[in-house]
Amino acid sequence: MKRKALVLAGVGAVALAVPSVMTFAAEDWGQYQVGDKRSGYTFAKAETRAIQDDDFENPGMLWVEHGEELWETVDGEAQKSCKSCHADASDTMKNVGSTYPVFAKDIGKLENVENRINRCRTDNMKAKPWKYDSRNMLGMVSYVKRQSFGQPMNVKVDGDAAPWFEKGKEFYNQRRGQLDMACKHCHVDNAGNMIRANTLSQGQGNGFPTYRLKWQKPGSLHRRFRGCNKQVRATPYKTGSDEYLALELYVMYRGQGLPVETPAVRN
Amino acid sequence: MASKPRVRVPKKAKAGDIITIKSLISHKMETGQRKDKKTGEKIPRLIINKFVCKFNGNVVFSSDWHPAVSANPYMAFSYKVVESGEFEFTWTDDAGETVSKKAKLTVS
Amino acid sequence: MKKTEFSRRTALELIGGGVVTALLAGTFATSAQADAKLLAEAIKKAVGEGAMKEGKITLDLPEIAENGNTVPVGVSVDSPMTDADYVKSVHLFAEKNPAADVASIHFTPASGVAKAALRIRMAGTQNIVAVAEMSDGTLYTAKKLVKVTIGGCGG
Repeated sequence: MKRKALVLAGVGAVALAVPSVMTFAAEDWGQYQVGDKRSGYTFAKAETRAIQDDDFENPGMLWVEHGEELWETVDGEAQKSCKSCHADASDTMKNVGSTYPVFAKDIGKLENVENRINRCRTDNMKAKPWKYDSRNMLGMVSYVKRQSFGQPMNVKVDGDAAPWFEKGKEFYNQRRGQLDMACKHCHVDNAGNMIRANTLSQGQGNGFPTYRLKWQKPGSLHRRFRGCNKQVRATPYKTGSDEYLALELYVMYRGQGLPVETPAVRN
Repeated sequence: MASKPRVRVPKKAKAGDIITIKSLISHKMETGQRKDKKTGEKIPRLIINKFVCKFNGNVVFSSDWHPAVSANPYMAFSYKVVESGEFEFTWTDDAGETVSKKAKLTVS
Repeated sequence: MKKTEFSRRTALELIGGGVVTALLAGTFATSAQADAKLLAEAIKKAVGEGAMKEGKITLDLPEIAENGNTVPVGVSVDSPMTDADYVKSVHLFAEKNPAADVASIHFTPASGVAKAALRIRMAGTQNIVAVAEMSDGTLYTAKKLVKVTIGGCGG
């Protein structure tokens, strides 16, 4: 009896030892992991993470600085700059990056930062809208979202936003393209697995606009959506389209709690 | 050249200290190897080919760049502090246009 | 019967594979020779034809680069960096890029240490070669193989 107990204890110790070894091997990702949610940062190689870690070395910061300059630049017939109405961005924009896209009651639809900026430009500044992934737009979005740097993602998905959220969720799980794949097939079912030479991430949106080594410049989340859609041989939607706005809300919701990382650096 | 430079230099240092200087500038570094996707024509090469760092007017570090230097070029290097003064950083592109930035260093 | 067929197919595949391998090896040899020639020319243009010794140079490069567009490189050369004895230049080459030249870094005794870092483009897996030119004219060289991952999700 005594011997049996010892043997069992021994088995127990071995069983315990295995998970504890695994726990030691797993990396502590700090703020970049919240529960099961892992920022793309945790899937990137150390060299890539190092480029993001240092605000100076992060080339995405060149766009943040460009946005900072634009913030004070008067443009359009109304002779206004962003600053004319919104004063100090560090104060007035501090929750934008963590809460957008939001349902805008005055236009009756979901709006992300890009579309909100262009609405401000055309309606209030009487200026020309910027192209979605232009240097100016990427600069301004990066600057605005940077004001929420480190804040946990916290998008609203109920109330007026609910139908958009549902549409986004449906998009995310809908098979598409010649490869007949949904977003979830890579980013939920296979996150952490290899796709050829790369590790699949959870496809989180908390670092956008993200400086991609491949692009050699920052790009919008919608540009990334287009890329993903093309990869499964599906016809991509337009940047800023309702389809991608709904998807953006769902993707941001998937990352609830992860910190705003703009501008993140990824492969 | 519509490029924006950033430099990081410590504001203060002691004589004899070896400091690290970091620089970054926005630039496409167009290699001359790429083709325009729509027209099929080669996009002409346009890169920053020279980076120079002077201290109080003397060249203390420089670098020649080829198309294999990544877009938005980053360069970090060292400098041994002797006296107070001013750094001047200059980037020159294939068209001969330059961008400069200055940074002061005080020896305590 | 089935077994015979199987082994015959295997044999055929092996022969076929051998031919393909031989052909590929031939191609690689030719392109490797061409790369080596371009590299030698680039080095000659940068530092002339003096003899090169190994050592003194430390190349800090990832073993596997996540993306060939932006590969971080650190280079340092062991030297007292005095007016009498310093590192004049370090030239970096990528032997399989369309042009082998990557960058030339020029130090002065005011540098304190011969150390620099930058980010480079690499067209595929290859050696990064460094050649250091000392103030007395001697040349040192070092190289490091970097694997560049290709494929996965572009977008």
